[in-house]
Amino acid sequence: MTSPLDQKKIKIAGPVVITANRVDDGAVVYRSPDGRWTTELGAAAVAIDADSARALAEAAAEDDLNAIGPYIAPVSVLPGGHVRPGNLRELIRLGGPTIELPTPLDS
Amino acid sequence: MYVYDAFDRRLLAERVAEFRDQVARRLSGELTEEEFKPLRLMNGVYLQLHAYMLRIAIPYGTLSTLQLRKLAEIARKYDRGYGHFTTRQNIQFHWIKLAELPDAMAELASVGMHGMQTSGNNVRNITTDQWAGVAPDEIEDPRIWAELIRQHVTLHPEFSFMPRKFKIALGASSRDRAALRIHDMALRLHRNAAGETGFEVMVGGGLGRTPYLAQTIKPFLPKRDVLSYVEAVLRTYNQFGRRDNIWKARIKILVHDLGAEAFAKEVEAEWQGIKDGALALDPAMVAEIASRFRYPDYEKLDDSPPQLAKARRDDRGFDTWMANCVANHKVPGYAVVTLSLKPQGGTPGDCTAVQMDKLADFADRYSFGEIRVGHEQNLALPHVAQRDLPALWRELDAIGLAQTNVNLITDIISCPGLDYCSLANARSIPIAQEITQRFRDLDIQRDLGRLHINISGCINACGHHHVGHIGILGVEKNGEEFYQITLGGKADENATLGTLIGPAVPYAQVADVVEDIAAAYLELRQPPQELFIDTVKRLGVEPFRERVYAAR
Amino acid sequence: MPLVENGQIVQDRYLHVEDDGPIPDRVPAIVSAQRFLANADALVRRDGSLAVWWPNDRRIAELAPWLGHLALVALQFPKFRDGRAYSQARLLRETYGFGGTLRATGDVLRDQFHFLIRAGFDSFEVKKPADARVFAEAAARYSVVYQPSADGRVPALRRRVQRAGTDPG
Repeated sequence: MTSPLDQKKIKIAGPVVITANRVDDGAVVYRSPDGRWTTELGAAAVAIDADSARALAEAAAEDDLNAIGPYIAPVSVLPGGHVRPGNLRELIRLGGPTIELPTPLDS
Repeated sequence: MYVYDAFDRRLLAERVAEFRDQVARRLSGELTEEEFKPLRLMNGVYLQLHAYMLRIAIPYGTLSTLQLRKLAEIARKYDRGYGHFTTRQNIQFHWIKLAELPDAMAELASVGMHGMQTSGNNVRNITTDQWAGVAPDEIEDPRIWAELIRQHVTLHPEFSFMPRKFKIALGASSRDRAALRIHDMALRLHRNAAGETGFEVMVGGGLGRTPYLAQTIKPFLPKRDVLSYVEAVLRTYNQFGRRDNIWKARIKILVHDLGAEAFAKEVEAEWQGIKDGALALDPAMVAEIASRFRYPDYEKLDDSPPQLAKARRDDRGFDTWMANCVANHKVPGYAVVTLSLKPQGGTPGDCTAVQMDKLADFADRYSFGEIRVGHEQNLALPHVAQRDLPALWRELDAIGLAQTNVNLITDIISCPGLDYCSLANARSIPIAQEITQRFRDLDIQRDLGRLHINISGCINACGHHHVGHIGILGVEKNGEEFYQITLGGKADENATLGTLIGPAVPYAQVADVVEDIAAAYLELRQPPQELFIDTVKRLGVEPFRERVYAAR
Repeated sequence: MPLVENGQIVQDRYLHVEDDGPIPDRVPAIVSAQRFLANADALVRRDGSLAVWWPNDRRIAELAPWLGHLALVALQFPKFRDGRAYSQARLLRETYGFGGTLRATGDVLRDQFHFLIRAGFDSFEVKKPADARVFAEAAARYSVVYQPSADGRVPALRRRVQRAGTDPG
C-alpha cells in the first residue's frame, strides 16, 4: 500500500485519478470532484497535471475513515470524455477478475 | 482429529470478542488504517484488489465434516459461494465485508476454526504432511507435535510482532510431503541410532525474492525439548532478524548472513538457559494433547478385496482413478483418496459450497467424517475402506471431484495472482487454465508422467514457483505481463530450487513454451520411464532452453 | 502521554534527564543507555532511584551487571509492530530476574496491553488517553493463555493436566 504522500515527487505522464478501497467492504472507489468516493470511474475527478493530482491525493489521504490506501492511477480519456483504466491492474480492479468465477449454485 | 476443549473454546471466543471490538473501533475512526492493519492481519484479514479476504487456518490440514459444512455455510452467507484452498493448508474467502467479519469469525469459532495468525508477522499456521496419521511410511503422527506447537505460539506474548512472518512445517516420513525445506523452520521426526524418536531441526528456508532451502541446525532434538527449542529459535530471530528492509527480514536472511553454524550457536546458548524450565514437556502434557486426537474405529479388513479387482477390470474409468488418486493406508483394507481441485479450465484450489457440502456427506459415509487438505491445493479422504472405493468413485465423479490428473502436468499449483491479489504483478490463474486446456488429453498427461507446474503472480512466490518441476513466475515489464520459466525445482525430500532458462516470455506465449518443454522432454527422456524431473537433472536446462528460444 | 501503573493512570515520578543535563540527587531519574554505560559505577552509587532507557537494538545482557541497582528499565516500541522489546522484557524478568519496574514506551496502544503484561511489563506510557482509560478492561481480555511467560500465569497445557476434566475459570 503506497500512500500518495510517500510519492515525494509526483510525476504524471497523462490523465490520472485517485483510487482506493472502501473501508467497510473493500470495494474499489475513486475520488470524485466534490471530495467524496464513487465506485464509478466515469464519476471520478480526472487530473491532468502533477499539482492538481497532488492536491486530490492529499485530500484523499485525509479521509482515512472512508478509504484505504489512496494512490494515483493512470487513466485514458477517450474522445467524448469516456474514462478508461490506464493499465491492466486498474482494469482488473474496475472490472473484477478476468476469469470466470465459480457459480455458487453449480455442482 | 484434534477435539477442542473448554480452554480452546474460551480462548477463541475471547479472540473473536477482541476482534469485534477492533473492527468497531476501525469503523468508528478510533483506529487508523495504519493501526488497524496489523491487527486485522493477525486475524487473517487482507485487503485484496476488490475486497477483503479472510484466510482461515486448517491446522495440519485436518478438517472434520462439521468444519467443512461450516466453511460451505460461510461461503454462502458471507461470500460468493466458493472458497480457495491455498498452498499452506488454509482456505481463503475472497469477497468478505469488514463489518460482517466478526460474525463470520464467531461462526467459525463454533466449530473450532479461526483466522488467527494466518497473516501478520507471527508464527503462521503449522502445516504437516496431509497424510499424517495414515501414511504407511510414517514413524508416528506428527500432528500431536504440530498441535503442541500451535498452542504454544498462539497469541504468544513475545512473538506476535516479529520482523516478518514465520512458517513451521512438520514431517514424520522418509518421503517429504510437506515441503519441509522451504519453510522458515522445519521439524522432521526420525529415529536416531539408539532407536529414540526426535526431531531434525532445519531453519532458514523460504522462497520469495531470495530463495533458500532450510539447513539443519540440530540433527536430533529430544521430543521433550521441542517447545523450548522453538522458543529459542524465535527469540533469536525476534531480536536479531532485520527490520530495516522488508525484503531482508525473513529468518533465511539472518541464517544466511550469520551462517547456519553461528546461528545455531546463538540458538544453543539461548536454549541451554531455558530447556529445563517451564517449557520442558512432561509426558502427561503430551498424553493429554494426544488423547484429544480421535482416530477412526477401523474395521478388521483385508487389503485388495476381490470386488475391487473386478471393478477395476469392469470399468476403465475406475481403474484409471484407482491408479492415479488412491494411495496405500497404514491400516489393511483402507486407502487414502486424493481429490483433485484442478479441473480442466478451472481455478486451482477453488471449491464451491455445493462441493463442500457433498464432500462432507461422502466423508461421513466413507471416511469417518474426516477430510485432509494438502499443500498442492488438493483434498483427500484419508480413511476409505477399499471395498467402498467403487461407490465413492461414482459419487465423486458426479460432482467433478474424480479427476485423474493428480501429480500430472495439469495438477498445477497456482496463487490467485493479479485477478485477486494486490501484491501480484501478473495473472496466474488464466495461465494455469490455458495449460490445462492444452494438455486436456489425459493420455498425453499420463505419458508425460509426474510433472509439477507451479505458478506465482509475483516474486513473493505463494505459488512456490521455485520448487516446481516447471516454475512460472509472473513479472511486469512496461505495463505488460511477462513470465520467467524455471526448470528442475522440487519440494520433496531432495528439495531443489529451479534454474531459470532464459528471458521472460509474454503472456500469450507461456502455454506454447510449456508445450515446447514437454515435447523436448518426450524426445530426450531415457526409456523406459525417466521422469521429467530426472531428465532435467541429467541434462540440465540447456537442451530445454535451446528448444524454447530457438523459435523465439 | 498518560502513564499507567497498577491499572491506574498515575503521574511519572521520574525526571527524564537529557544526556548533557545535570542529575539532581534524591530525585528518581531516568537516563539513556549511553549515558548510563559511560558512567555506570558512579550513577548506581548516587542517592536516588535510577532508571535506564534501553534501546531495542542493543543486547539486554549488557545491562545485566547493574540490574540490582536499577529501580526501573524503560524499553522501547518505536513502532508497535517492532516487537524486539518483548524479548528484552522476558529476558530481564525470566533470565536475569529483574524485579524492578519495567516500562513500555513509544507506540504503546491498547491492543498490545495483553502481550506487554504477559512479557513482564508493569508500567505503560500509553500513546492515546482513550486507551489508557480502558487499560483494566483490555488487560483482562483473555482468561486462558497457551504458554508460560513472565507474568507467571498457568498455561492451558498445565491446567489441563492439573485439573483434568474441569472447566477453565
